[in-house]
Amino acid sequence: MSQYMIDAIRNGVWETLQMTFFASLYSYLIGLPLGVILYATSKGRILSNRVINAIVGTLVNIMRSLPFLILLVLLIPFTRMVTGSSIGTEAAIVPLTVGAIPIVARMVESSLSEVPPGIIEAATSMGASPLYVIIHFIIPEAMPSLLYGGAINVATVLGYSAMAGVIGGGGLGAIALQYGYYRYQKDVLWTTVILLIIMVMIIQEIGIILAKKKRKS
Amino acid sequence: MSTNVFELQNVSKTYRNEGKDFLALKDVSLEIREGEIFGIIGMSGAGKSTLVRTLNRLEEVSEGKVLFYGEDLGSLKASQLRKVRRSIAMIFQSFNLVLQRTVRQNVEQPLRIAGVKRKERKEIARKMLETVDLLDKENVYPSRLSGGQKQRVAIARALASDPKVLLCDEATSALDPKITGEILDLLLKINKERGLTIIIITHEMSVVEKICNRVAIIDEGNLVEVGDVTEVFRDPQSTAAKKLVYPSNPFDAASEDGRLIRIAFDGLSSSEPFIANLVKETGQTVNILSANTKSVGGIGYGQMIIELPSEKKDQEIVIDYFKKNGLTVSEVKAL
Repeated sequence: MSQYMIDAIRNGVWETLQMTFFASLYSYLIGLPLGVILYATSKGRILSNRVINAIVGTLVNIMRSLPFLILLVLLIPFTRMVTGSSIGTEAAIVPLTVGAIPIVARMVESSLSEVPPGIIEAATSMGASPLYVIIHFIIPEAMPSLLYGGAINVATVLGYSAMAGVIGGGGLGAIALQYGYYRYQKDVLWTTVILLIIMVMIIQEIGIILAKKKRKS
Repeated sequence: MSTNVFELQNVSKTYRNEGKDFLALKDVSLEIREGEIFGIIGMSGAGKSTLVRTLNRLEEVSEGKVLFYGEDLGSLKASQLRKVRRSIAMIFQSFNLVLQRTVRQNVEQPLRIAGVKRKERKEIARKMLETVDLLDKENVYPSRLSGGQKQRVAIARALASDPKVLLCDEATSALDPKITGEILDLLLKINKERGLTIIIITHEMSVVEKICNRVAIIDEGNLVEVGDVTEVFRDPQSTAAKKLVYPSNPFDAASEDGRLIRIAFDGLSSSEPFIANLVKETGQTVNILSANTKSVGGIGYGQMIIELPSEKKDQEIVIDYFKKNGLTVSEVKAL
């Protein structure tokens, strides 16, 4: 492999990490509250509200059922509006974030649902407000599960980031596509694939270790 | 007459489930007095857990009123209710500790909710843990504790906010008899030292006998009997109370017209050998099917299930003899 290729791959790894990091961060900034809303407003929960739950639930379901590749194309005008361009690493972060939000929201909802209702009852009986119960009882108790889900989400975003190559996003996906696929450079293709696998595994491992460290039960 | 902590006025609770109404509580009226240990006993599904949850409005009542120191809980706004709940602590069968927080952090929770400063919080929490004899576990996570220890942490947590009353929802039902005894001793100690009103929900008569002053018996959502524990134990009126109080009796009368009676006696008469006296004085013999003595509210109580002689005339002689000697006699139907 040429020095040029090695540099390009090195650069691709960096871009992939950037995309994954920021898209994960932003998707949690929006997806975590959405997940909390989905959880808290569902039937029999602490802030049960059928209307809000139905609206947020439907929104999340629609977003989640769109194939990511279609979402990439659909979001081009929005991306251009946000970042001023529809190509490049920065631009790819927008659809990645939007694509990850519903996954994060559902994952958070499911993690919070695992918290035993007795703890919520105990907190309520102490005179805690619903918001206080969520922040100081439910989320801490669900933390190991949230971290574990987080690792899965980040790994998913990393996988999605490879697809961003199709619409001109950077990263390893773009390299695999341009050199590996269009130019039949098998060595480049396999190198990027192996690098992606290693990155996913590392993220997954970190998540599991963090969750284990945090779990006290 | 002491102050009433709780006063329930004609409380009913209906659950609507798939169009069908289920009456969990039917017109329950009840007073719970300051400083007493009040037991609420009933079979599972009798409505006692619903009843206790109306006391801190974890359950809304469908009809009637729940007064806490004269204040109607149903009329309170959410923020007022939260403030009132700080004086009504609760412990549970499944302990409900936050497993991802240390023992001390768990005990500090009600204080955090009340907005107590960090330093003071720590101080109070440590004092509470000392009360329940678990100060050495303050930095341990609950999953490392035994069931009895977890419940003691829950009690420390409940006491931290300096409540006026403690609700115990089947607090000892997940514990073995020895640990149950220890938890009950602890509750009794807290009741004595702090004058804390304690309300105990249970399905075990032994719990009520051991520490309660008064008891209410709930059966299928109805309050069927309420009174002093010693009174209810000696002479239960309702079928539900009899079922709980009488020792389970697996025997039938030996002969067809045999009659079974239960005699109950308190500390005074339990020192007298009255069966032997009966034989000596009346010449009648009886068959003892079961007998036990227990401490009810600190006083020794005994009961026996006895099969009477088969002659109607002889039966009356025996019953008269027992009644004359101050024993409570009641009929037992073979189960």
